[in-house]
Amino acid sequence: MVVLLLLLIPLIGACFLFLYKGDHRFASAAALQVSFASLLVMGARLFYWNTPEMLIFSAPWLTSLGSSFSLQMDGLGTMLSLLTTISYFLLFWYLKGRTIERPAAFFGWLLLAQVGMLGVFLSIDSLLFYFFWELALIPMYFLASQWGGAKRIPVTFKFFIYTFLGSVFMLIGILYLQSKTADHSFALESIKKIRLSNEQQSWMFWLFFIAFAIKLPVFPFHTWQPDTYEESPTPVTSILSAVMVKMGILGLLRWLLPLFPIASYMWGDVVMSLAVVGIVYASLLAMQQSDLKRLIAYSSIAHIGLMTAGAFALNNMAYQGLLLQLFTHGINILGMWILADIIERKTGTRSLDSLGGIAQQSPTLTIFFVIIALANIALPLTNAFVGEFLLFNGILATPSNYYWVFAAVGGLGIILSAVYTLKMIRAIFYGEPNTITNKPIQLESHEVMALSVIVGLILFFGVYPQPLLDMTADFSKELFSQTDITSLFRKS
Amino acid sequence: MLSSVFIKNKSLIHVLALIGLAILFILNLAEINGWLLFEIDVKGMLRFDRYALVMNAIMLASLFFYLLLSGRTMEKVGPHYADYLALLFFICAGLFMVTGYASLLILFLGIEVISIPLYILTGSDKRNLKSNEAALKYFLLGSFSTGLLLLGIAFFYGARGNFSATVSVDPTVVASSLQLASLLLLLFAMSFKVSVAPFHFWTPDVYDGAPTVFTSFMATIVKVALFAAFVRLFEDTFSLQFSIWQPWVAGFVVLTLLIGNLTAVFQQSVKRMLAYSSIAQAGFMLLAVYAINGDSKEGLLLYAASYSLATIGIFAVLTYLQDYTFEGFNGLAKKQPIVAASLAIFFLSLAGIPLTGGFMAKLFMIKAALSYQPWLAIVAVVMAVVSVFYYFRVIQAMYFRSADQGTQSAFPKAFPALLLVTALLVVLLGIFPEALLGLLYF
Repeated sequence: MVVLLLLLIPLIGACFLFLYKGDHRFASAAALQVSFASLLVMGARLFYWNTPEMLIFSAPWLTSLGSSFSLQMDGLGTMLSLLTTISYFLLFWYLKGRTIERPAAFFGWLLLAQVGMLGVFLSIDSLLFYFFWELALIPMYFLASQWGGAKRIPVTFKFFIYTFLGSVFMLIGILYLQSKTADHSFALESIKKIRLSNEQQSWMFWLFFIAFAIKLPVFPFHTWQPDTYEESPTPVTSILSAVMVKMGILGLLRWLLPLFPIASYMWGDVVMSLAVVGIVYASLLAMQQSDLKRLIAYSSIAHIGLMTAGAFALNNMAYQGLLLQLFTHGINILGMWILADIIERKTGTRSLDSLGGIAQQSPTLTIFFVIIALANIALPLTNAFVGEFLLFNGILATPSNYYWVFAAVGGLGIILSAVYTLKMIRAIFYGEPNTITNKPIQLESHEVMALSVIVGLILFFGVYPQPLLDMTADFSKELFSQTDITSLFRKS
Repeated sequence: MLSSVFIKNKSLIHVLALIGLAILFILNLAEINGWLLFEIDVKGMLRFDRYALVMNAIMLASLFFYLLLSGRTMEKVGPHYADYLALLFFICAGLFMVTGYASLLILFLGIEVISIPLYILTGSDKRNLKSNEAALKYFLLGSFSTGLLLLGIAFFYGARGNFSATVSVDPTVVASSLQLASLLLLLFAMSFKVSVAPFHFWTPDVYDGAPTVFTSFMATIVKVALFAAFVRLFEDTFSLQFSIWQPWVAGFVVLTLLIGNLTAVFQQSVKRMLAYSSIAQAGFMLLAVYAINGDSKEGLLLYAASYSLATIGIFAVLTYLQDYTFEGFNGLAKKQPIVAASLAIFFLSLAGIPLTGGFMAKLFMIKAALSYQPWLAIVAVVMAVVSVFYYFRVIQAMYFRSADQGTQSAFPKAFPALLLVTALLVVLLGIFPEALLGLLYF
């Protein structure tokens, strides 16, 4: 029942906001309360409602097709739902009282996107999964196209076409798998029982992988991403990059790897190469950017590349690191986007060339920025360090002949990330203040609170990540047992 | 059998027509549930099974919404309002014959009963040259294809000695060359009627030239009924010869999808875009003919309902706009939020986005095709992505561009609410398609 509540609360909130058009103060307060309610439910799930019956919901739906409305919250689902609810709450807290054009529609679409994403994270029926996959896309398209920058219409359309193209291939894959199941069902359990030949696995692998690769995005499917991140309004960008890209990782972990383990091994080298090339490529481009949003966008591609490489490392340690990184990357990048938004709003520019010297007038902002930026390059004692450490350990244990190449090139990415992040800090905060930056930037109390929570999470999980690791330990072990290539070959 | 009995309803008033339709619809539903009002001996010429009845129910419901939404705009076409309605009801009788035929003669009669009033309706805007041209074009090409159909039926009789459509043709028994000629002639004639490429050339001009109200009717209800007959002809009568016609139909599907979608991308007028989009959608519906299994029939029913409702809704809005170009839709979301939201749902449904009826319909079609030819399914979904290009242009215009000065369009008071109801029906079809499909079996 918890899973159903998690979907219903934002859905009801979204409908309410669409029908009841209030002013911006009312709309943002209502959205904040809805997101707080979701967070409470999530908290209750963590501490009280953890019996198996509470975590599963299944209702008949499209029975003649073999599909049912089935949701289940396993370790992966818990981690991502937690990330979603926390991110939404922090974002809405930060946005409290903001004047936005047509505020009710803005927050309504955002909440609708939350329904879609939570649905993707929790559904264990492939057709339902596809439904939610698209449902998450439509609100994002409208948000980015209506509230975005000058070039928003062509840019977001490209984003939509790209993702839609990927997902229809996945739909063909889903339909094919359904026709192969014994009981003609779309359920994950039934699909797992199919025995596919290696060639069939390869076909299915690519049909699914393209959909996920576009969503992530993995090099060379990434071209929509920097433009879309730049043109979208920053709150939307933060949801896109903190939560929505996790849909792609979830697709890899819940659908692709366990369903086609042999194909994942066969094509693992190709995907790993793409991922590490993407890391270096995106890092090099990030160093050249003078636009703050584009810089963060490219840095996000680099992080996602590392996570993708971890998914195809096919061992338990990499999975653990990846699952942890799902959460920490979301929190860190959310912090980065909020800071970028503050800087752009208060100074009126996001060009690194015209900023500089902010540290002298606004020390609080500088402290927040430096901590979050350092977490982004995974400095020890920040939350991302643990995840990246495990990821690299896992990549070194990859069942591939080229594991050391992948680890070495991926490691280069970390060095490069330090370069562009420190360059960014220097360009914005140090140097001589100019006419734009010589006034102090006043942070409002709710902005400070939201950022403090983020910094608190970064430091807390940097020192003590065990609760998060425990949360996903079972999932990671089970995933490993399904994808452990040596035992798979021994069996067949 | 309630086909042509109620069609005496030559109502002078819009309301009377609506009441007549509602009664017909209720009687039809009653018959689906097994309550017959009366029985007429049709000597085996007509056969109203579940499939035909559900199809009729869909058409009646679509017609009901069609009259509700755009009945009043028919008055603008010309002075003969009552005549237009009467012609529509004549066509309606033809539609029932076409969905429920058991003999090829009835199929031919039904198609003629549909076509002749349609020629008149196409040319009903007498002062408009384009309308006259369209009517002439439609008449000439239509009669030509009817000739093909008749020739096909004659060959069929020559080979078989009867007109029965219910017994499938056994290629091992019947003389082959005559049989083959009739099969191909019927295939071509039916393809022409449902505007499948390469027999689609009349469609854009006729749809563009005809008064918009009647284009809406032609492109939806008529087309869907003809598809029902098409599927029936090839799944019942010629099912044993599928190895002959399946490659042809597969070729037609690919051609139709390619030509319809790729040409629609380059249109400047929304009305012409919709004409090409209806060709593209015909390509999807043709997959139901191609694949002989349960999925395809269910898919066609869903397609019929969702496509008709969505297209009728779009055309209904179009009749109230002065400017048929994409710019005419600029900023509609600000001025008419409900109309714009409904239109957005219709276009999303036509593009096949989940949560709408159009998605479910496409899902069934792709599923049906996938069990025969995976590449056909891949062509179909790629073309569905292409269709997003032109459908979303309207959504972009409505939501993301601001309006020009002076293009104010006035809608009647109840119109937005009615449109919203239609849009909600499309969404319901996408969430609970079994509400409709259940009628087939229970």
